[in-house]
Amino acid sequence: MAVPRRDALIAPIAAAWRTFGLWRARRRASPMWSIAVAGILAVIALPVVTIAFLALAPRENIWPQLIATVLPQALGDTLLLMSLTGGATLLMGTTAAWLVTMYRFPGRGLADRLLVLPLAMPSYIIAYAYGDLLSYAGPVQTWLRAFLHTPPGSGTPLPEIRSLGGAVFVLSAALYPYVYFSARASFMRQSVCALEVGRTLGRTPLGVFFAIALPMARPALVAGTALVMMECLADLAAVQYLGVPTLTASIYATWLQRGNLGGAAQLAAVLLALVAAITAAELWARGGAQSHTTTGRYRSVPFHELIGWKGQAAMIACLIPFLAGFVIPSSLLVIHAFGHFEGAFEAGFWPAVRNSLLLAVSAAALAMALALVLTYARRVAPNGLTRPAVRIAGLGYALPGTVLAIGLLIPFGTVDNRIDALMRANFGISTGLLLTGSLVSLTLAYTIRFLAVALGALDSGLSRISPNLDAAARALGETPLSVLVRVHLPLLTPALASGALLVFVDAMKELPATLLMRPFNFDTLATHVYELAALEQFEQASLGALAIVAAGLVPVLLLHRTLTGDS
Amino acid sequence: MTCRTFLRRAGAYVLPAIAAFLLSLAPANAASEVNIYSYREPKLMAPLLKAFTAKTGIRANMIFASSGLVERIAAEGRNSPADVLLTNEFGLLVQAVEAGVTQAVASPALEASIPAAFRDPAGHWFGLTKRARVVYASNDRVKQTAITYEELADPKWKGKICIRSGQHTYNISLVAAMIAHLGLEKAEGWLNGVKANLARKPAGGDREAVRDVAAGQCDIGIGNTYYMAAIQNEPEHKAWADAVHIIFPNNEDRGTHMNISGAAVAANAPDKDNAVALIEYLASPEAQQLYASANGEYPVHDGVAISDTIASWGTPKADPLPLAEIAKLRKAASELVDKVHFDQGPGS
Repeated sequence: MAVPRRDALIAPIAAAWRTFGLWRARRRASPMWSIAVAGILAVIALPVVTIAFLALAPRENIWPQLIATVLPQALGDTLLLMSLTGGATLLMGTTAAWLVTMYRFPGRGLADRLLVLPLAMPSYIIAYAYGDLLSYAGPVQTWLRAFLHTPPGSGTPLPEIRSLGGAVFVLSAALYPYVYFSARASFMRQSVCALEVGRTLGRTPLGVFFAIALPMARPALVAGTALVMMECLADLAAVQYLGVPTLTASIYATWLQRGNLGGAAQLAAVLLALVAAITAAELWARGGAQSHTTTGRYRSVPFHELIGWKGQAAMIACLIPFLAGFVIPSSLLVIHAFGHFEGAFEAGFWPAVRNSLLLAVSAAALAMALALVLTYARRVAPNGLTRPAVRIAGLGYALPGTVLAIGLLIPFGTVDNRIDALMRANFGISTGLLLTGSLVSLTLAYTIRFLAVALGALDSGLSRISPNLDAAARALGETPLSVLVRVHLPLLTPALASGALLVFVDAMKELPATLLMRPFNFDTLATHVYELAALEQFEQASLGALAIVAAGLVPVLLLHRTLTGDS
Repeated sequence: MTCRTFLRRAGAYVLPAIAAFLLSLAPANAASEVNIYSYREPKLMAPLLKAFTAKTGIRANMIFASSGLVERIAAEGRNSPADVLLTNEFGLLVQAVEAGVTQAVASPALEASIPAAFRDPAGHWFGLTKRARVVYASNDRVKQTAITYEELADPKWKGKICIRSGQHTYNISLVAAMIAHLGLEKAEGWLNGVKANLARKPAGGDREAVRDVAAGQCDIGIGNTYYMAAIQNEPEHKAWADAVHIIFPNNEDRGTHMNISGAAVAANAPDKDNAVALIEYLASPEAQQLYASANGEYPVHDGVAISDTIASWGTPKADPLPLAEIAKLRKAASELVDKVHFDQGPGS
């Protein structure tokens, strides 16, 4: 038998090593980053892949029927809802953020804290509250009819809340903080120098806003608005309650009433295509536009005093969104809660609080960890995989919760049963449902759903750190990983904290995926409230709903602190 | 405490706790447990399950969701912990059977207590309560004592009808029944007529129908009877119930449309005996009476007395149309609701 010579063995290895050395010299970034990104993407994309797979095998072709009937209208209404809500939140959020950042007016400090509060309110609760308040039988219209002496059946004196317009109003009130938050963060971090240069060159304050601040804040504004629009796409409960049949409603009708899961998956794929379009539009909107400042120092912007009617107008502009998104719905909850105090803290309430907190904390931690790897990989090892990965990973935000849940249950159930069969065959033990039977799958569902929020926070945080810092640290002999740990992480703390808090608050409110993926006898605050609301007894659910809001308030106020850097 | 030591401590105590929480698996099915996947609200099932546990010593565990449970059981496959599937309507029972997640049960007790029309001849599903889809009529503005579903399309009701989304499962099953009775073409005309008579866009739930009739937005609402029972028990909403009375449509001819809530034993039930024991209990006279008195539903068990509240509404005659017939037409019904743009409301 011929024994291969040692050289023959060593030569290829040496050659490979040399190639690797050359590659290292050229690329400088370890392939571990790409591998990690690929691994994360494989898990994150599971629901989307499952949906694509289901979409290949519909029970029958849904399109002729849908196109001939509701699809054009549903698509039109969905696009209108998205764009109108996006526009309204952009206007409300940006105006309020600019006023609070640049001017001093009565109630400014308070407004800054209060404007983020609607984040703590699930949008379906806001929808229920307004449905209760403004419908024909509600107190407002009842009073108006008595006041105007209108005979019964003679129509409504107010526009109907159950309409596209009503849904735009409700969703705008619920979602504007996403825009406010990112706009405020962006305005605050703009170098005051740029704005002052604008003033010395003769621009008015308003001129500075349109010529300098707005273009510089555009990526942040677009990112915030994109989140709002994706929320509009994924929402079912609020829109359904307000009687607006959107694309999501068609997905559910196809699945539940026509027993065509594959057809529903095809509609969900259309939904994802819409999101991809939004993402592409966001990219396009950002364009190649990059703004760098030469200094890393940010001085807080000096305030301009608004006095007289201007101050009052500014106050009102900040007050209206807060009233609509928080004060009115939560007052209604408080009023109802007083009437239904009994049974609210019944057995199951405190475990639900604990479950909500633990799940939300886990999801926030996991989402931030994944988002950090994804965004950082793109920074240190930009290539054909890591660059689009950040975009693709955020797609889950637009998936309706139930669709996401089924998209995860199917592959995880398969994995569980394969492992179980393997263990039974080889070791005679049954491992049962390791993933779907535990909270692992639910935590992952939350993470996938809310990764877009985490990515947004980190992306903007990381982009503010000048690449010069990386270069300096690398020149001093640090590896990308040690730069991350020793330089970036300390600088990223505010971004990490605000991302984690946003995911936490969103996870506290999540309902549909939680309902479907939870273990036995397991409640979170959101499911606890829903189980009362499912009986259509909104009033009895009000105390639980207030508890969700209360649990969300602390992180939302903390969020404000990470934003302004108060200590 | 510096940030670093804080993080270390958090790592030492919190992370293992969270990991344990996330990895805690559903406990193996002990001999004295039954696992329920339920489309029925836990609050409604609680009194029944409590009585069941008191009587048999079998503990009942529950997962409630409003959609997707059949898909979950299918995804969990042979390791699914589900013993019993409870549904709030008939269509889901049929879907579960078609998805292959149920198994046949032969139980003399169930055959004795549930009339043949309300259970699967092959033993895959069992009806537990009947749910009449009725007309809530305003006491002030509706004087007639009888009505038919067909009449809801009569232009005399223009601007006077309130109803929830046409794609809601209760309305789908009503429309399916109408297709069975009238044929697809006439049913389309009927549904168009009903749509033209709506006072507002279809939205909200059955409770809102009662509320809106009481408030004067519409003269008649369409809903299931047990919402009325619930409203009558709420002091602050008693005025709604007092302004409205129930009329059973078509009670003079073919009878009122009735859906059922029901149960099925899961295909891979870890404990089939307990599963059957639970369904047998739910069909027993004791539980059937609880369904009626606590939830205001109609028992399927013939010999069970109904509560005074329910009796005060009158005696409904059930439409004898077989449920399986309605189930077959659900898809057609859902497409018809889309075709007439029902959910866009009147004037669209």
